[in-house]
This record gives sequence, C-alpha cells and structure tokens, in this order.
Amino acid sequence: MTSAIETEALTKEFRVGFWRPRMHCALDALTLRVEAGEVFGFLGPNGAGKSTTLKLLMQLIYPTSGRATILGRPAGDLDVKRRIGFLAENPYYYDYLTVEEVLAYFARLFGVSGAAVAARVGAVIEDVGIEAYRKTKLRALSKGNLQRVGLAQALINDPEVLFLDEPMSGLDPIGRHHVRDLILKLRQRGRTVFFSSHILSDAESLCSRVGIMAQGRLVACGLVSEMLAFELKGWELVVSGLSDDVAGRLRTRVRTITPLTHARFMLDLPPEAEPETLIGELRATGAQLVSLNPVRETLEDYFVKQVSAAKPRT
Amino acid sequence: MRVIRLIAGAVFKESVRDRVPYAMVVFAVLLIAASYLIGQLTAGQDMKTIKDLGLAALSIFGLFIAVFIGIGLVSKEVEKKSVFGLLSKPVSRTQFILGKYAGLVMTLAVNLGVMTMAFFAMLYYMNATTPAGVRAAWPSPAMDPRLLLAIGLIFAELMIVTALALFFSAFSSPLLATLLTLGLWVAGHFNADLRNFENVVDSAVVVAVARGVYYVIPNLAPFDVKAEVVYGMPIAMRAVSFTLIYAAVYIALLLTATVTIFRRRDFK
Repeated sequence: MTSAIETEALTKEFRVGFWRPRMHCALDALTLRVEAGEVFGFLGPNGAGKSTTLKLLMQLIYPTSGRATILGRPAGDLDVKRRIGFLAENPYYYDYLTVEEVLAYFARLFGVSGAAVAARVGAVIEDVGIEAYRKTKLRALSKGNLQRVGLAQALINDPEVLFLDEPMSGLDPIGRHHVRDLILKLRQRGRTVFFSSHILSDAESLCSRVGIMAQGRLVACGLVSEMLAFELKGWELVVSGLSDDVAGRLRTRVRTITPLTHARFMLDLPPEAEPETLIGELRATGAQLVSLNPVRETLEDYFVKQVSAAKPRT
Repeated sequence: MRVIRLIAGAVFKESVRDRVPYAMVVFAVLLIAASYLIGQLTAGQDMKTIKDLGLAALSIFGLFIAVFIGIGLVSKEVEKKSVFGLLSKPVSRTQFILGKYAGLVMTLAVNLGVMTMAFFAMLYYMNATTPAGVRAAWPSPAMDPRLLLAIGLIFAELMIVTALALFFSAFSSPLLATLLTLGLWVAGHFNADLRNFENVVDSAVVVAVARGVYYVIPNLAPFDVKAEVVYGMPIAMRAVSFTLIYAAVYIALLLTATVTIFRRRDFK
C-alpha cells in the first residue's frame, strides 16, 4: 500500500551570509514514512527543520537533494494539491476580504462552484468555531481567530492528508481544545494528519506516532508507546502532620522534602522506595497521607533527552 | 484560465478595498478640478492647460497606483507568507503570476476609468460654459475623442510599468523593486538618447553598451502623445499600432521572465 507521505534522504541547504556565503544545512537526509490514517506529530525545538520539511512537502522550497512524495505522487504535483490541506505557521491571508470571501475564494480554487461553495464554507466555519466572524474582514480578527481561519482554509477541500505547522500557535485553551477535538475527528474519519508542534502534551494525546527533529536531523521516530517505556522515575508522596523531628530523620530515605501550604509536605521518593512501608511508618508518628502518585517518564523527558544528545550540525 | 480568473478577481477585490489607491484617485480628481482654476490664469490657453494637466495627472497617479499596488500586493503576499496558503492549493506558480498581473491590470483600468470620467466631466463643464466664439479658437474640441487615444496609450504604458513592478517584486525587496521600477520608467522616457549615443561619445564600446541598454529597457516615449492631442497635431495611427504591439511583446517577455524567476524561487 502507498504511504500517505514519504521522504527519502530529503535534504535542504541554504546559502547564508552576503559577503562570505556558506551553506547551511536546514534539513539533513530526512527519510520518513507516514501511513494513511495516521496522526503524526513532527516535534523539535526552534530551527530543528520542521517548517523546512513542511515547505519542502508543499514545494514552497525545492530540495537540494532527495525526494518527497505525497499519496504516491511527487510533492508539488497539482493533482496531489487537490487532495491535501496545509496550514502555515502564523498564517496571513487577505486583510480586506471577509472570512466568508477568503474561504469561498479558496473553495473555488478547488473547483467547487455554485451553491456547493456556500455549503462547504459554512461547514468549515462551523468546524473551527468562527460562526460569529463570517462577515468580518480578516484585518479585524485576533491572532487566534486568524489561526482558525487558517485551519478552515486547510479543511476547505476535505483533504485526505492535512499538514499543520504549529496549529495550536496563538490559540487560547478553548481554541486548543477545539483543535484537538478537530484532529481527533479527522483521525476517526481516516484522514492523515501531519502536524509540527512545540506542545508535547498535544502530541502525546493526539499522535499515534511522532518524529523528533534536532539540528536538521530526525533523531527519533516511532510509536509514542514504544518510545516511552513508561518507566517509573519515582514517587510523589504528600503528607500532613509531619513533625520536624520525623522530617529530619526522613531526609536520608527521600530525595527531597518540599513544604506545601496547610502544613503539608511533598516527599520525592526514588523508584526503589517502598511507599506502603513508609506510609505505615509515618502514620505511626501521627502523620496523615494526603496523596501518592507514581512519576513516570513523559514525552517531554524523552524529547529533552533526544534533543540534548543530538550532535551539532557540521 | 479559471484559476487565473479567480486570482485576478481576489486581487481586484482586495485592492479596490485598500484605501491607498482611493487616496490617489481622489488626489488626481482634485488636481483635474484644480486645472480649471489654473486654466483661468492663462489667458487664451485655458483649454490646453486643462488638457495638459489632466493627462499629466492621469499619467502620474496611474504610475503611482501601478507601482505601489503592483509591488505592494505581490511583495506583501511573499513577505507575509499568504503565498504559502495560495501555492499549497492547486495553483501553479505561473497561474499565480498571471492571475496577479490580470488583477492588477483590472484595478488599474478601474482607477484610470474613474480619473477619465472626472477629466471628461471637467471638459464638458468647460465646453458648456465657454462662449462659441472662444471655443472656435481652441486647437481641438473640448471633448476631443483623441483624448481617449492618449489615455489608452497611458494605460498601455502603465501595463508595462505594472509588469515591471511584478518582475522586480519576484526577486527583490519592496523598496528596491519600487526604486528600480520608477528608475526604469524615467529611463524609458529618455530611451531615444541611448539609441543615438554615437552623437555624444566616440567610444565604440560605450555606444554598443548604450545600444544594448536601449533594447533592454522599455521605450516609453512613443506612449506619450499628450502634446499632439492637446495641440491638435496629427497622430500616425500606424505608429500607435506599432507602439501597442511593442507593449504586448514587451509585457509578454517580462511576464515570461517573471514566471521563470518565480518558479525557481524558494519561499523561506
């Protein structure tokens, strides 16, 4: 079966510097496969090569070497463009056109005509939750609402593959929740979503697979569940009624003791500690248990580990 | 063709809602109106002064509109990255450039149309309020249809300027594109001097370079028939036809060059 997105040794170098030009490798031999129906999170710090990859896939820039295909055809092919949607980072459209006009314009570019234009525009406006701004000119919209217009235009052709560059950027918590729901809905409908993000919690909750970029290279790629062994990193124990004397004796058995409000303390225990035994001992001294939580490795920990280990560009 | 039409329509809609061209058109209309007052100061020359000033206002403000909208719209699209949204749709870069050009020309036509109507309204008023004896002394009638020919040639010239603005926008910054376009417009009006450079210098190399430059930069002098129209002198229609063919060829070459550059450009 053809992959939804495939890149093979995709490389992009830019010439930088005016007087002494030198080549800067923004993307170094990226080989990647995203299967149809996947929600793929493309993660990495600023300057890691995420936007460069998306621009190469949209053929807004041309590769120095390597190749990229979408739905089995070369990236940039007009037939492919009919079947995909793209939201750029910090999108800007046309100041003096209204939300409806911009979306109708984009719908017509896909060959939608007549009454179908209004129906399609209405559907995407509802999908992204900007019904109140239909007749508003884009220059009067907030950053978050512009981002929603950007999402709406990316969905206007009901794309098979959706590319989103930092889709949560500029959105308030409600907006982010809305976009998360939208991506989940698209996943249920069997659409492929490829999105770049800094927000790891979104990737963790939405993606079946993620790729981590650093210094222009893909440093890790795979299922979130495989990447994280959900290894236990320790225990977080909160107790109240802890006397100074008991707290002093505990210092050798816990990593840290942090005083909290209302005479509570948070004890950070190593993974090998036996919290049940400790809780029993503490109860005997008159302390009460407030909560006990295991601390496991998150995608953020994994991300930081991978990005820190990446070698600098040569 | 459908895609080019759609892009042109969006450019037109976006630019007619922009306030900058309106300001220019209003200013041009005011200048045309002011020409009436200036005409009163020049005894016996009032009609010539009004026509001269009116055509000059059309030409200069048309130039500003062509340059500022031409460069503003395309550079803004690239700088603010709205080009990303458009080029990720089923739109080729060739369609993008041709659509933008068609939209800019439509905008220019409407702006020139408004200025022309204001100009003719002024001439009609002059004609209606001037005694027949005085009118008989005018070198050409107030509502001379040849004025439309002069305006048509101004429009053709501005179509070249718009293509130049688009060409420079395809690879340079808005400021540089503006300077280069305005510079070529000025040079284009004095192009004939380059052709006859051997009358000025002896060096064969310099003469050859000047001749080369003559063929590259647009020759805009033939588009200016204001004096002939205002003073009622004959205009050779053959020369006008040749000038229009020249404009079509020059625009086609410029758009081809623009598309070639734009197709290779990386949008960082």
